[in-house]
Amino acid sequence: MINRLSDLEHIRKERLPDLNARRGESGAAPGLQVLVCSGTGCTSSAGRQVYEALAQEITSRGLSPRVRVFTTGCFGFCKMGPLVVIHPGQVLYCRVGVDDVPELIERHFKNGEVVERLLYREPASKESKPHLHDVHFFQAQQRVALRNCGLINPEDITEYIALDGYFALAEVLLNRTPEQVIETIKQSGLRGRGGGGFPTGRKWEAAAAAPGPVKYVVCNADEGDPGAFMDRSILEGDPHSVLEAMAIAGYAVGAAEGYIYVRAEYPIAVRRLERAIRQAREQGLLGRRILDTGFSFDIDLRLGAGAFVCGEETALLRSAEGLRGEPRPRPPYPAQCGLWGKPTLLNNVETYANVPVIIRRGADWFASLGTETSKGTKVFSLAGKIVNTGLIEVPMGTTLRTIVFDIGGGIPGGKKFKAVQTGGPSGGCIPERYLDTPVDYDSLRRIGSMMGSGGLIVMDETDCMVDIAKFYLQFSQDESCGQCTPCRVGVRRMAEILERITAGQGEMSDLDELEELAREVMDASLCGLGQTAPNPVLSTLKYFRSEYEAHIRDKRCPAGVCRALLDYVIDEEKCIACGLCAKNCVAHAITGEKKGRPYFIDRQKCLKCGACLARCPREAIYTA
Amino acid sequence: MIDLPDEEKEPGEKYRQLEEVIARYEREPGQLIRILQQAQDIFGYLPEEVQTYIAGRLDIPVSEVNGVVTFYSLFHTEPQGKYKINVCLGTACYVQGAREILQEFRERLDLKAGDTSADGLFTVKSTRCLGACGLAPVLTVDEKVFGQFKRRDVAALLRKYRNRAEVKSGDQPVERPGAYQEGAPAGP
Repeated sequence: MINRLSDLEHIRKERLPDLNARRGESGAAPGLQVLVCSGTGCTSSAGRQVYEALAQEITSRGLSPRVRVFTTGCFGFCKMGPLVVIHPGQVLYCRVGVDDVPELIERHFKNGEVVERLLYREPASKESKPHLHDVHFFQAQQRVALRNCGLINPEDITEYIALDGYFALAEVLLNRTPEQVIETIKQSGLRGRGGGGFPTGRKWEAAAAAPGPVKYVVCNADEGDPGAFMDRSILEGDPHSVLEAMAIAGYAVGAAEGYIYVRAEYPIAVRRLERAIRQAREQGLLGRRILDTGFSFDIDLRLGAGAFVCGEETALLRSAEGLRGEPRPRPPYPAQCGLWGKPTLLNNVETYANVPVIIRRGADWFASLGTETSKGTKVFSLAGKIVNTGLIEVPMGTTLRTIVFDIGGGIPGGKKFKAVQTGGPSGGCIPERYLDTPVDYDSLRRIGSMMGSGGLIVMDETDCMVDIAKFYLQFSQDESCGQCTPCRVGVRRMAEILERITAGQGEMSDLDELEELAREVMDASLCGLGQTAPNPVLSTLKYFRSEYEAHIRDKRCPAGVCRALLDYVIDEEKCIACGLCAKNCVAHAITGEKKGRPYFIDRQKCLKCGACLARCPREAIYTA
Repeated sequence: MIDLPDEEKEPGEKYRQLEEVIARYEREPGQLIRILQQAQDIFGYLPEEVQTYIAGRLDIPVSEVNGVVTFYSLFHTEPQGKYKINVCLGTACYVQGAREILQEFRERLDLKAGDTSADGLFTVKSTRCLGACGLAPVLTVDEKVFGQFKRRDVAALLRKYRNRAEVKSGDQPVERPGAYQEGAPAGP
């Protein structure tokens, strides 16, 4: 139980040697520490089994306690998972399987040799990089919100405390007034990381100024943008940073209760949060009279039930009350009238994760990072057609080119870059000519996209931009709550037009109609979901209009994606006349004789379902 | 041959469990979604009788309960298959061919209108982004995640789970982890 600052200091002193060993700093604990990533990515590629095998072997071979194994949060290098890092030395092993465990034990743990074949190799030079800090993917980053992910065991509160965790809370409770805390957040220039980019300090100020004895602090962990998984990684890798920040916010605005609204689709994050809350309560860092001051604060979880619109703040609050997650008009804003009608401060996970560091290192330090209008760093998830899929954190203002080609390693398979999509269904597709744009809230908005929560999806020449626009519209249509007509009907009409175009039945006048409808949906929708739903269409119409025109005028899909516009053809050279394609063709469009001449697809009969292509053992069927 | 332990439980036993859940949360405001989530864990889905029961116990209109149930995609009003397959249709998975994978499941299981196969073994749905984009395309079977999945892996996956359903619980074959990672591209 922690009652005073000296109790926190005691825990930090006790645990610091282990963490120093991992950070390569002096005062390190002796022995080897083995860290196994337990984020969602590595867990689904056998990370858990690797951890269990390591733990069992270390015990059964009597290597304990010289060698200890820990689980840790996401390193961000998901493509190379399951990842194992050995300290001291930060030796990084990639794609480790259960079968590799005996060799790691024998050679590394017993003889101190590095197992060369499991090391990461830089793709260009083929040079192996034994140490995590030598790998370019990590060198190029600056981790603030992700500072503890991959470094601490997220299920052990003492490791968080060892790296100054809960010291920011102690600092504000013991030495600062709520006004001073809000001033620090304002000075830092921190803006909301969930998408809108509203200045966080001003939100806190408004919630603090709202009258009434009962207020709430809420964390939006309903990460919904497809392709964004930074909040999940923070919750899985460093849950206490969010709890600490919410307590600080509670002190600043005068709230005694907090809620984290988290997606039920994130089971690991939910379990880690539950455990973190329990540990913080046991240590007295949540609950009554924290650190023997007059401040009491506790946190509870609310699980989402699968509705994207609940990421919108007013919808989220309704859902947290157990109701249908339907947005309502603003004002009044949640800061005045939020959960159960009380003033409510609502920030997203990544925003909160920045708060303890800002308190500890000062507003000036944070404001020294980033650009004029967007301070600090931003976490981006890299996905789609990119070599290093994963999670990175860089200062605001880093260019898209650096992110995609330098840190991200460019496009795999020698394909050509086409676009990068930011901001999820509310954002847009950015073409090559804007790759040198520094990424911040304002510059992305100027080129017709938005920051969103930081998901970056890279598309190459084989992705059809009309199809992508259709994908996002169908997404928005599925997730529309149905309250207001522009979103419910307008988005559907737009999706139908795109459906026609990709089916080869579009007309040139459809493009004007799309633009007109887009403006109306943007102007007239009730909430952010509808107001931004047309963005993917508008940005692709602006930058990739020729692709739309090819679909309409030439009945051709340049990227070879839109089924109705493709012909399936059998490559006579490759065909071995096995007959599998004909057997699987529901339209009986394929003819031939087993073991005879190559098979043939009748274009008139073909339904373009692609079943033949999927079944062909020789990849002899292609689309043209 | 298909063991459905839940089905063997007496309905009375399930309602007793539901009663425990309600007793735990009825005094806290705004816990309807949590009660429904746990009720679904108990019953497997939320039939009209269960919705009516919960509404009666919480003293709110059934229409309000039904409004919540139908609003959220994680609630089901129809019985679900023994194995729940969710194909991620997030953008990263979509551009890597997730739509074809979903279609392959639907064809192989002969799903026309509904999402559940005739033998009651599989329910196949698409899901919003699972946040495992580094492994795209991704799908889950219950809570197990399969990454870098290919359309041609569909048949083997269905076969594996069909075999498992035929084996009596208790002597299930130990599964090799990451069996579907084999087609994954080699490291750089």
